[in-house]
Amino acid sequence: MSDLELRNITKQFPGVKALDNVSFEVKNGEFFVLLGPTGAGKTTTLRCIAGLSKPEAGSVLFDGELVNELTPADRDVAFVFQQYSLYPTMSVYDNLAFPLRSPMRKVDEENIRVQIVQTAEILQITPLLERKCAHLSGGEMQRVSLGRAIVRDPRIYLMDEPLSNLDAKLRESLRVELQHIQKTQESTTLFVTHDQIEALTMADRIAVLNKGRIIQIGTPDDIYDRPATTFVAELVGTPRINLVKAVRENGNLLVKNSKLKISLPEDWDPPADFLLGVRPEDIKPNPEGEFEGELTLMEPLGVETILHLTSGEQTLISLIPGMTDFKIGENIKFDINQERLYCFDNKGISLLC
Amino acid sequence: MAEIELRQVEKKFGELHAVKPLDLTINNGEFIVLLGPSGCGKTTTLRMISGLETVTGGTILLDGKNITWLHPSERDIAFVFQLYALYPHLSVRQNIAFPLQAEGESRDLINKRVDEVVEVLQIQHLLKARPGKLSGGDQQRVALARALVRRPAAFLMDEPLGALDADFRESMRAEIKRLHIDQNATSVYVTHDQVEAMALGDRIVVMSEAVIQQVGTPNEVYYKPANIFVANFIGSPGMNLVQGVYSDGAVKMPGMDNRYEVPEDWENTLKQSLDDSDGLIVGFRPESAAVAQDGNLVGNVYAVDMHGAYSMLHINMNEHDIVHIRADRMVNYSIGEDIRFNVDPQMVRFFNPASELAITRREVE
Amino acid sequence: MSNFREDGPGYPVTEATRVDKVSPESRIFGKLRALIVVVIAVIMLIPVFVMLMTAFKARSDIVSSPPTVVFEPSLEGFVFLFTERAVVAKARQEEFKAAAETGELSLVDRVAFEAGQQVTGPSDYVDRLKNSFIIAGLSTIFSVGLGLFAAYAFSRFDVLGKDDLLFFILSTRMLPAVVVTIPLFLMFRQLSLNDTHLGMILLYTVFNLSLAVWLLKGFIDEIPIEYEEAALVDGYSRWQTFYKIVLPQAITGIAATTVFSLIFAWNEYAFALMLTSDNARTAPPSIATMLGRGGIEWSAIAAGSLGFLIPVVIIVFALRNYLLRGVTFGAVRK
Repeated sequence: MSDLELRNITKQFPGVKALDNVSFEVKNGEFFVLLGPTGAGKTTTLRCIAGLSKPEAGSVLFDGELVNELTPADRDVAFVFQQYSLYPTMSVYDNLAFPLRSPMRKVDEENIRVQIVQTAEILQITPLLERKCAHLSGGEMQRVSLGRAIVRDPRIYLMDEPLSNLDAKLRESLRVELQHIQKTQESTTLFVTHDQIEALTMADRIAVLNKGRIIQIGTPDDIYDRPATTFVAELVGTPRINLVKAVRENGNLLVKNSKLKISLPEDWDPPADFLLGVRPEDIKPNPEGEFEGELTLMEPLGVETILHLTSGEQTLISLIPGMTDFKIGENIKFDINQERLYCFDNKGISLLC
Repeated sequence: MAEIELRQVEKKFGELHAVKPLDLTINNGEFIVLLGPSGCGKTTTLRMISGLETVTGGTILLDGKNITWLHPSERDIAFVFQLYALYPHLSVRQNIAFPLQAEGESRDLINKRVDEVVEVLQIQHLLKARPGKLSGGDQQRVALARALVRRPAAFLMDEPLGALDADFRESMRAEIKRLHIDQNATSVYVTHDQVEAMALGDRIVVMSEAVIQQVGTPNEVYYKPANIFVANFIGSPGMNLVQGVYSDGAVKMPGMDNRYEVPEDWENTLKQSLDDSDGLIVGFRPESAAVAQDGNLVGNVYAVDMHGAYSMLHINMNEHDIVHIRADRMVNYSIGEDIRFNVDPQMVRFFNPASELAITRREVE
Repeated sequence: MSNFREDGPGYPVTEATRVDKVSPESRIFGKLRALIVVVIAVIMLIPVFVMLMTAFKARSDIVSSPPTVVFEPSLEGFVFLFTERAVVAKARQEEFKAAAETGELSLVDRVAFEAGQQVTGPSDYVDRLKNSFIIAGLSTIFSVGLGLFAAYAFSRFDVLGKDDLLFFILSTRMLPAVVVTIPLFLMFRQLSLNDTHLGMILLYTVFNLSLAVWLLKGFIDEIPIEYEEAALVDGYSRWQTFYKIVLPQAITGIAATTVFSLIFAWNEYAFALMLTSDNARTAPPSIATMLGRGGIEWSAIAAGSLGFLIPVVIIVFALRNYLLRGVTFGAVRK
């Protein structure tokens, strides 16, 4: 397994700068996630690392060595695509064997068999080995795709949203499996996704990407607790963080268009006009609460319930555990955890970090 | 608005039984969600209600009227597709007006209705645009408007949020819910995402392998799953299900010397349900368990996930059973650590391993 | 009579179809449509059928009016096609008659005699057919082969001026053959390619190349590029990914392109007529020029056309599955 470093990578397509001065490091054995919306440049980054795209500027280094000039084959990376990675006419066994049979490797058939059997064990696809790929379910296909990558034992795994096309439940179970495999094999993995739950649960560290730029790099805790911008704050956390316009007045924060007045936290020094951030789980209904709002919408999710509380023209979203008896239209009193407020300037940059 | 009734409706494709004979009544104004994994029959059922698919057997009634063999356009039902199906060569306004024009309504009525619907969905600013230029969320709003403008007896929606990015899905979900509260239209919604089902449904129809597993409110399917499939499918992650051996008021679970004392009020029921065998499955949801120093049950930390507001502990109870427990984010748990936990006895459910059905207790009123 | 709207079709529907498609009206309409298609197909085949009959008719049957449908089959057409003949001199007629009765004349000679002619040697029809095989066959192979590589390059690589080049290639197809015949004739003569197999093969290859490149590019565009990229990352060279992955997936497209190219080259008439005379002449012009050799020998022409038709029919029949897919390619994009 290898370290990976990107230095100042810039990639230009006609009319659009797909990557703008992207730099980050992935340590040996780390599960590193690139998180961002569609079009952020995540796939482009992966392709530059694999050698499938050539950046206009910047360097890609494996273990400190420059690999810019190496072909994809020579870089010894494994790429898991979102779809179309299994050859439909070949059996599962042949698909898994394909990377090993490449002329670069010169592995003999006996060794190939051993590798495949091992990999099939890990991914629990041993009973599928003789099947044609066209007759597999979505989850099975993705497992085989992962198998093709694992069987090669490469320096780095590059995964491009491999779970996106799967059903919600399947995604969950494969996610856990993937994490476990990665931990046991201690493989350096660069995983791309637009799903923040995948990012938070799987990553050792996350790099948030938007419009070709890295916005923030950190552990899941860093990204969640100390977002550098409103973009990052809104990207992670379900339901989304509440971001409201607020003004400062005499040691208090007044939320615009509502009756909410919060006392200014100690070490805060925001400008007159700013954006206030509160996470839904930090808004807690309380019969003796300080604040009040009307319940305009309720989404019961079983394990927790989402409440839409409206004060004036402003709606705040609250997340409470379990189910509740509240009725739509009821006036609910609630508290806000004042130790977990976020402050952003009008451009969206955090004033706390 | 309308009541939809399905009586013994089934569908076969050749020898493949895509939907086994099912009975379902959807009440007037209800938002019903057909939930299940791919291939369970939910979309086929929806398509049969709309007429886009023929039934192999059974009857479909809309407000008492037999619509099983009526042309899709005669059923007074609007269908919202996963991929919007907007006419790319027409403007947004023309798209929305289209269904009414097809019915030959007067120009005044069309304009009035279109304006109403556009107001509800807040898409006034998009009226002149072409669908191709809009974002996924906006396109979906236009698709909803086009369905809404007909004031049909019922709305059928086939995974309408599936093609949207994760963050869009959340806000569109709330919009659909708000729309339903506003319009109070009978709606049938298909999805494979149980979070969507729970958030939107008045009642949820959980399907698997062509059969209805359970019909109930979100509360019911969450807290009182009828069988192992529902217990597992609802909830993210699903209910923890540990198989053990029942004797003398306690369940002995394999590995690590785990004994779960069954609450008294369950003892009789259990004794009756499990006459011969003594295998029993104990079910509890991740949030019903809590880490405790003196907890009754013990396991080994296999993995820890950060889920935003909380952490999820994956605990190895023995080589086959991994349970998930919600824990405080702020506490650090190390992999390999032994951990003790308690389970809230009110929230525990029991299942029969052979039949996979939930063991229900006669409620003492 | 049961009402479809109330009772349904009366049998359990086990296929994937809309409700209105199983109504009695819909089914009647479907049958009607099928009937119309069959009728049109039969009408389309009438000329072929006539040709078939004509090949086996004796001269008298051919020119009779109204045309005979029931007749006594004769091999006259085939004999005329495959042999050179001369009119039997009056003096020798008795001789031939006697030989015919005693069974000394071969079948071929006898048929010839019935028309008052004697066989002097084989015609050049077989040679012409052979030329057609060689020229059309080789040019098809070359055009599809070269086209495949060009199509792959256009599809996968950043070729400078790609759109312009592709349009230029397509534009060569827009030229009517007649426009370039004279310049080609002069060029060929200069290069001594006139009436040579090589000349014709080169010509047909170039003309078919445009069609081949366009068709094949469409097919290759349909193959998701992820397959090759996965192979590249796994350690295969570009050539190997082409050979192991693209080729197997493009096989139906290649078959379809081959059929189209073959049909064009095989049927080509104008260039063959103008640019060949004796050595490299293919079948189409030679069948036509059978007109006017001792009268219009319709049966020979029909027989010749039949012989000309059969090889292509066999090949297209063998590749029919590929053709069907080829006709609808690119129509449905995911």
